[in-house]
Amino acid sequence: MASAEETARAADRKDIRERWLLSAPALAIIFVAAIGPLFVMLAYSFMMKGDYGDVKPWTFSLDGWTSVLFQRDIFDDTLGLADAHLTILWRSIRLSFYTTLLTLIFGFPTAYFISTRAPTTREIWVFLVTIPFWTNLLIRTFAMQQVIRNEGLVNTALIWLGVIERPLQIMNTDVAILLGMVYVYLPLMVLPLYASMEKLDFRLVEAGYDLYASRWQVLRRIIFPLVKPGVIAGSILVFIPSLGAYVIPRVLGGGKNMMLGNLIELQFGSGRNWPLGAAISITLMVLVMIALLFYVRNVSKSETGHG
Amino acid sequence: MARRTFDIRAQPGFGFMALLTFFALYLPIAALVAYSFNAAESLSRWDGLSLRWFASAWNNSTVQDAAIRSLVLAVWAATLATIVATMAALATTRTRPYPGLTFKYAFINQPLMVPEIVTAVALLIVFSRIKVWTGYSGMGYLILAHTAFCIPFAYLPIRGRLEDMDLTMERAAADLYATPWKTFRYVTLPLLRPAIIAGFMLAFVISLDDVVITEFVKSGGQDTLPTYMLGQLRRETSPEINAIATVFLALSVLLVTVFFFVNRRKT
Repeated sequence: MASAEETARAADRKDIRERWLLSAPALAIIFVAAIGPLFVMLAYSFMMKGDYGDVKPWTFSLDGWTSVLFQRDIFDDTLGLADAHLTILWRSIRLSFYTTLLTLIFGFPTAYFISTRAPTTREIWVFLVTIPFWTNLLIRTFAMQQVIRNEGLVNTALIWLGVIERPLQIMNTDVAILLGMVYVYLPLMVLPLYASMEKLDFRLVEAGYDLYASRWQVLRRIIFPLVKPGVIAGSILVFIPSLGAYVIPRVLGGGKNMMLGNLIELQFGSGRNWPLGAAISITLMVLVMIALLFYVRNVSKSETGHG
Repeated sequence: MARRTFDIRAQPGFGFMALLTFFALYLPIAALVAYSFNAAESLSRWDGLSLRWFASAWNNSTVQDAAIRSLVLAVWAATLATIVATMAALATTRTRPYPGLTFKYAFINQPLMVPEIVTAVALLIVFSRIKVWTGYSGMGYLILAHTAFCIPFAYLPIRGRLEDMDLTMERAAADLYATPWKTFRYVTLPLLRPAIIAGFMLAFVISLDDVVITEFVKSGGQDTLPTYMLGQLRRETSPEINAIATVFLALSVLLVTVFFFVNRRKT
């Protein structure tokens, strides 16, 4: 009897061992080329910066971390707030927030529109959202540049219509970055919204109308609460990549309007301050983790709420 | 007496907003494509239709090299990622929870959680050291980095398919004295094929599109098509970039369309 149990347990152990072996290559590659380097970067953020980039190995310094928010005055050596960094941090958070809001304002009616089509045409509309989603991000950013640059579509049209005489300067401003991010990340909002709206039970909507609810009341009190998981998922999917955006501000924002991603690049390039760059990277990662935790907490809450 | 029916699904203005959104999604792409057929020397003028920039891009040896490098890299990364992701998916599905299972999920999905720029500079730190130590600065680094972030994309559809499959078929094969390898080769693998193809295609597109990690990992003279384009965008751009982007776009649309129809046939 005991031996049968033991054989079963031995078989179990063998199974688990085989499963570890089978997943080992994937885990090893991700460790070497994704997770491991993050730990090295964490260590780098606590070292002294090298004179020509890189770090002085095996030295310890908190300079990288303090200079995320503070800078030392070159004359009297006192610490003051690093205004440039705070501006960039604030711009990143603000623009990501606006991007999320705008994609929601445009994405919600779009997803609703798609989910109320007949099943056969619905697929085509979803496909139309999927195409930009799988198109190279750089190309979409570049496409946005064609619309907003000085000789671009918007300005040419407005001048031709006589609305303005000189082109509007949209490129190299925060507005350009915002437009680019809304354009690029819109599918990330529409797709999860659509996924939850597709499951919407319209009998509940009908019940609302039977009880004399107005269209607005139905939208706000019935539809919106039911698709809230989709709203949260879409918002997180848009907010997180916006926060870490690098290509869009680089192409549309010009050199001056940096976001966190560009500030990080600067420290590893001409800034030659790798510990600072590493510290900002970790800060960005922590911000993303906070957003993810918020998502996990809210989704589990709303799921138990329905359950 | 016909009464107008009250459509419970309608919401005022939603249709208009939706159509506006679709218009806004495709207008920039249309502009990009239109300008690639521009005959003028620069993007600031329109001189009529021409294919000259397609010809000029086609004959540009830097562009040729970058395009070939992009494709080779994507094939390597997608192939490696699909193989190891299939193995990992087999190891993490159709089992009772065992110690380390959640850890594996978290580990495999990690590349999706971290902003690309952060992974990119972390790789720069590590790989620049290794490049100095070993003196090797070939394509290996790019292939390794691309494989890592392609794994979760290849893994997801394969895991999804496996979770829908039970072990009945495999058990039947084992009852008929098939060895574990034969069971895998003649039962599991054919059943998994659509998901493996889907995973490979996702990984391929993700690798082909990557610009941030490539930009920081590549050594000199290892431009892929996206990093080449990023470099060109800094300067005064000529319609040649539009021509390259248009071809790239056409390729992406083709891949997505194939993917869409392959997936639809399955369901």
